[in-house]
Amino acid sequence: MSAYAVELNNVRKSFGKSEIIRGATLQVPKGERYAIIGPNGAGKSTLFNLISGRFGVTSGDILLNGRSIVGLKPFEINRQGLSRSFQITNIFHRLTVYENLRCAVLWSLGYKYSFWHRLNGLRDAHERAEAVLEQIGLRRRRNTAAGLLTYAEQRALEIGITIAGGADVILLDEPTAGMSRSESDNAVELIRRVTKGKTLLMVEHDMSVVFGLADKIAVVVYGEVIACDTPANIRGNAKVQEAYLGGHAPAEVDA
Amino acid sequence: MAGSTTSVTTSSMKFTPLNLGRWLVWSLFAILLIIAPLVFNKGASLSLLCQMGTVMIFGLSYNMLLGQGGMLSFGHAVYSGLGAFFAIHAMNLASAGTLPIPVTLIPLVGGVFGMLFGVLFGYVTTKKSGTTFSMITLGIVELVFACSLMFPDFFGGEGGISTNRVMGKPVFGITYGPQIQVYYLIAFWLFISTVGMYAFTQTPLGRIINAVRDNPERVEFIGYDTQWVRYLTLILSAFFAGISGGLSAINFEIVTAENVSAVRSGAILLFTFIGGVGFFFGPLIGAVVGVFLTVLLSDFTKAWQLYLGVFFIIIVMYAPGGIASILMMNVRLMVYRRFGKVAPRLALMVAATLVACVGAVMIIEMLYHFTLDSANGSTMSLFGATVDTAAPGGWMIALALVAAGALLFWRGKPAFRRAWDEANLEIEEVIRKEHA
Repeated sequence: MSAYAVELNNVRKSFGKSEIIRGATLQVPKGERYAIIGPNGAGKSTLFNLISGRFGVTSGDILLNGRSIVGLKPFEINRQGLSRSFQITNIFHRLTVYENLRCAVLWSLGYKYSFWHRLNGLRDAHERAEAVLEQIGLRRRRNTAAGLLTYAEQRALEIGITIAGGADVILLDEPTAGMSRSESDNAVELIRRVTKGKTLLMVEHDMSVVFGLADKIAVVVYGEVIACDTPANIRGNAKVQEAYLGGHAPAEVDA
Repeated sequence: MAGSTTSVTTSSMKFTPLNLGRWLVWSLFAILLIIAPLVFNKGASLSLLCQMGTVMIFGLSYNMLLGQGGMLSFGHAVYSGLGAFFAIHAMNLASAGTLPIPVTLIPLVGGVFGMLFGVLFGYVTTKKSGTTFSMITLGIVELVFACSLMFPDFFGGEGGISTNRVMGKPVFGITYGPQIQVYYLIAFWLFISTVGMYAFTQTPLGRIINAVRDNPERVEFIGYDTQWVRYLTLILSAFFAGISGGLSAINFEIVTAENVSAVRSGAILLFTFIGGVGFFFGPLIGAVVGVFLTVLLSDFTKAWQLYLGVFFIIIVMYAPGGIASILMMNVRLMVYRRFGKVAPRLALMVAATLVACVGAVMIIEMLYHFTLDSANGSTMSLFGATVDTAAPGGWMIALALVAAGALLFWRGKPAFRRAWDEANLEIEEVIRKEHA
């Protein structure tokens, strides 16, 4: 087995004539937390969509735990232990919070497409859904339709659905986007709690979240990973400052 | 079946009114099925009940796709119709002595063949979702309908295939000669099928199809192949559709190309929607209303299709949850003891609507008579009175009724709205406190 949870080797992706990802290379060791940062349009979300199988790569290779996942469908990649969240909240809005989470655990518990099990009789699915409900702090909202939650609650549920299946590689796409300061502080705590012992890869704009959570930061500019290092080294990296920060580090970075 | 709503609907729909035990609900349903022909024992009511029973199974199976899976099929009659054709051929083989199968189990033949065609056609249709799915189902139903006229040996051409359900020796005195025996056969299969389809909503697949309806993309990222989820659901739905087809073959003793037509598919879409797709039991109501409108109303008036169409449009526009949701919203008021506040205003609105409807029906009937039937004289009988469509008197009365009803409606509406909203807000407050 490879020591890396996720490996990108010279990955390229073109939409028509425009090449969005131009030879991205990145290795994420098991159990580490990586943040991907970069200016708007650098291709961060596209990178996520490639890794999770939403889009196919044009060329290059993506390995999950040492095995290539290029050409696999999203559900096949998910079954191999990779789960992702979305930048735009992507939940089952007519189902209750509890049902959202129970749906998310069914496959990993091996119930597959069963129409011979009674859902309410599945203790393990129930317990796992309840445990995640507790973890993401939505116990009070258990029986509320997901579409009626507040924005921050929906974001928490989004993370809950992502981790419920027990995947060991978690991709979070801007988990704190659109949140207030206190909400995003809570979200950081939540992410830290639920990704303990797992490999985490996240796209994030909020520098305090990035520096609070990440073991290493990968900087993506124009579809390439131009640097990947510890937060302290990234802060001092001249190439990063020039390309991404434009020579002026934002206040949070200085702090 | 108030207690058996699925917990998968929007806020106003998501409500289990009485904390009745499931056993009680199912027992009531069984008792209702048993006593229905004893209560409604006049004239053609038994044949109506039989039709309702088959349409109920058909509607419930259709709602597995539409209500639970968000799949708008325009060709569901393919499965019930082909099931019916195979069932009727099985009956003919049985009465010829080549196939030892009792009439009681014929619906199962319909179900199995419905399912087989679900396996075949469903593989194509469920490859896509949304509008594309709908278009392919429409293509399939036209294809099957065209085939039915191309293979007269199997489909019987214009005249269809007929049979005689009375065959072999009676078992426990049951010959299926009398209609009442057929009714109880249908009631038996209806009960079994309803239990089966309700049970489906309580399984992992039954829940994941709800998730696919809400957000197919996300389902792909929790490990499920959405196409496979839709496909399996469609196969199971086709099985129950086939059972209903088999029952209708026994009931009518004839199956024609109309059974596999787009018209039949459209009808079940209409009925199911009118009944309410958001509730498990919605299609049961839809079947009752639908059979009433198509079978009974067509005896009384030439304009029955117009009424059905207008009724459908009104439901789609003002009560997209169907009759079931209207019912449940009022039951909710009763359970939380707020119905008394709303009732007088509600009664006024209903009265106003009735007055306007009587006027509108008069106008429509008089128009029909005036344009189509005036060769037989200009007078007609309407609501027990004789009306001269050539004289202005009847028209004036009809217009006055419409105007009065409409006026009453518009005057009463704001007060009704207020009372209604107030009561519901209070209820939501109570619910919030209960949860806190």
